[in-house]
Amino acid sequence: MSLISELTDREHVFDFLTPAASPVDVRHGPILYMEDVTVSFDGFRAIDELTLTINDGELRCIIGPNGAGKTTMMDIITGKTRPDTGSVWFGSRHNLLTMNEPDIASLGIGRKFQKPTVFEALTVFENLELAMAADKRVFPTLTAKLTGEHRERIDEVLEMTGLQELRWRTAGVLSHGQKQWLEIGMLLMQRPRLLLVDEPVAGMTEQEMERTAELLTSLAGKQSVVVVEHDMGFVRSLARTVTVLHQGSVLAEGSMDEVSKDPKVVEVYLGEGI
Amino acid sequence: MWLTQPLNEKSTRLFLGLLGAALALVTILHLVFPQGHPMHMSIYTVSLMGKYLSYALLAVAVDLVWGYLGMLSLGHGAFFAIGGYAMGMYLMRQIGTRGEYGHPVLPDFMVFLNWDSLPWYWYGFDMAWFAFAMVLIAPAALAMVFGYLAFRSRVTGVYLSIMTQALTFALMLAFYRNEMGFGGNNGFTDFKDLLGFSLSTDATRLGLFIATGVALAIGYVICRGIVLSKLGRVSIATRDAEARTRFLGYRVERVQLFVFTVSAMLAGVAGALYVPQAGIINPNQFSPIFSIEVVLWVALGGRATLYGAVIGALVVNYAKSVFTGIMPEAWLFALGALFVLVTVFLPQGLAGVLAKLRGKGSDDEKDLTEKEAAA
Repeated sequence: MSLISELTDREHVFDFLTPAASPVDVRHGPILYMEDVTVSFDGFRAIDELTLTINDGELRCIIGPNGAGKTTMMDIITGKTRPDTGSVWFGSRHNLLTMNEPDIASLGIGRKFQKPTVFEALTVFENLELAMAADKRVFPTLTAKLTGEHRERIDEVLEMTGLQELRWRTAGVLSHGQKQWLEIGMLLMQRPRLLLVDEPVAGMTEQEMERTAELLTSLAGKQSVVVVEHDMGFVRSLARTVTVLHQGSVLAEGSMDEVSKDPKVVEVYLGEGI
Repeated sequence: MWLTQPLNEKSTRLFLGLLGAALALVTILHLVFPQGHPMHMSIYTVSLMGKYLSYALLAVAVDLVWGYLGMLSLGHGAFFAIGGYAMGMYLMRQIGTRGEYGHPVLPDFMVFLNWDSLPWYWYGFDMAWFAFAMVLIAPAALAMVFGYLAFRSRVTGVYLSIMTQALTFALMLAFYRNEMGFGGNNGFTDFKDLLGFSLSTDATRLGLFIATGVALAIGYVICRGIVLSKLGRVSIATRDAEARTRFLGYRVERVQLFVFTVSAMLAGVAGALYVPQAGIINPNQFSPIFSIEVVLWVALGGRATLYGAVIGALVVNYAKSVFTGIMPEAWLFALGALFVLVTVFLPQGLAGVLAKLRGKGSDDEKDLTEKEAAA
């Protein structure tokens, strides 16, 4: 029985006792390297010989019209979808195509989905506590204690996300934007190396968008961030390297100004007023 | 320690204080005032209170899984009854030669069925330690097997409720059969003594009442300890967003299995304390209606508060005793009406009313200062 095996499992070392050093090798620059990746669904090529490099600590925006393959690309990186051909490397040591979803997550790739799901009955602090990297089996969880180190980490993330004032509020009373930040905070609790953020500003007010841009910008450097977004104004405000996807491959790459002047991009986005 | 954490909490201390005061009051009313005095509490009433307290423990167990894990168990009566049967088997073996047929080993109903030896599953029940261990082990084993199969397949919500209901119904039908060796539809009765104390004396019955109160206190602290631990927060997270909790790396089905099993064990203890005070255990204890009634107590008292479950169990059962005394036909209507009224006007149950009366400011703000003080 699973519970009994868990009880009698004496081989296992508590997670916090094992060295936290990330095994990801980024000495050669890129933290994520995708080469010639192709995925087709029923003959339709959702991703078509995509080659993409994300550098360590970079903040990258990925834009593209509907069906350009943005979500599929995220699915490949997190191990949800397997490509037909090509290779995907995390650092220069880890071949993501040989790993499953939980392993990839524990390697340090965090993904934020479009719709925020936080635990509404729990406080902001408790939400972050649950997201913390820890031994998550039943009995260690029952006897878990918050150490000073844990509190520091939670405080740090609260500060990053600007939610210090709201720490004892239940997450259910937060605004839509605050919930999104809390969810980003929950990802940060696990100290990811690479954050994949899917449409973070959908449904946000102008002010919230500004705050989100600040937050994502401040995260870059410490971790690499990939933002997929529709909102051009928001992407412009991030002012970083932009990759335009179209029909499953990279159409253009560069600063927002360069990209928006690119005739191919203008053609794809014709009428959308980039 | 997670188990001692509730003792530092104001609400738990208040609960334990009130419970202790109630136990003391009943004891004084019974012992100090002589029979015939208007303040005297008869031993019948003391045992009635003892039964209410065992119901309260059952309600706390249900609230733990329903309130904090979001699992509406409509079959907790089964664990209660199994604990009760384990105790009943011990009490039956204690009768010895004092039974109607005077057989030294076999209980009366077995002699009546012309059985010549004790079925293997009755072995050991003549020893108190074995029987008391079984009070915990038997419900836990059933809960683990049932829970393992159900939670592994991710059965939740209304499907789980229906399955728990089916579980208790199936057990009721099984226990009705004479061949099962549990006394058929008559169950067990005519108990003589427990741990050498005669069940017909007032002192034993008062002792049982106090033991039930102590068991309720311990059960409450265990539940509260789980709720206050990180595991409690994971339970709430599971209740509200199961997939998200799984995504964070928690093995949701194991959390569910653990809490469900603890709850089943508490229900078993409640049943074991109920039986010597009621003087009988029969398959009706497995009836689906009883399990549903327990859920009503919790709903009336206020879900996800634990103390609300205690209030609900006591209030409803007291009302039941009063009502069925005055006009028995009306009780079910009264219970139904009470349930409708509470759901419409007091969605938080009686505990919600108490919380409102207690704090003028918003609950949120009070929690805030309390938690800040703790941090």
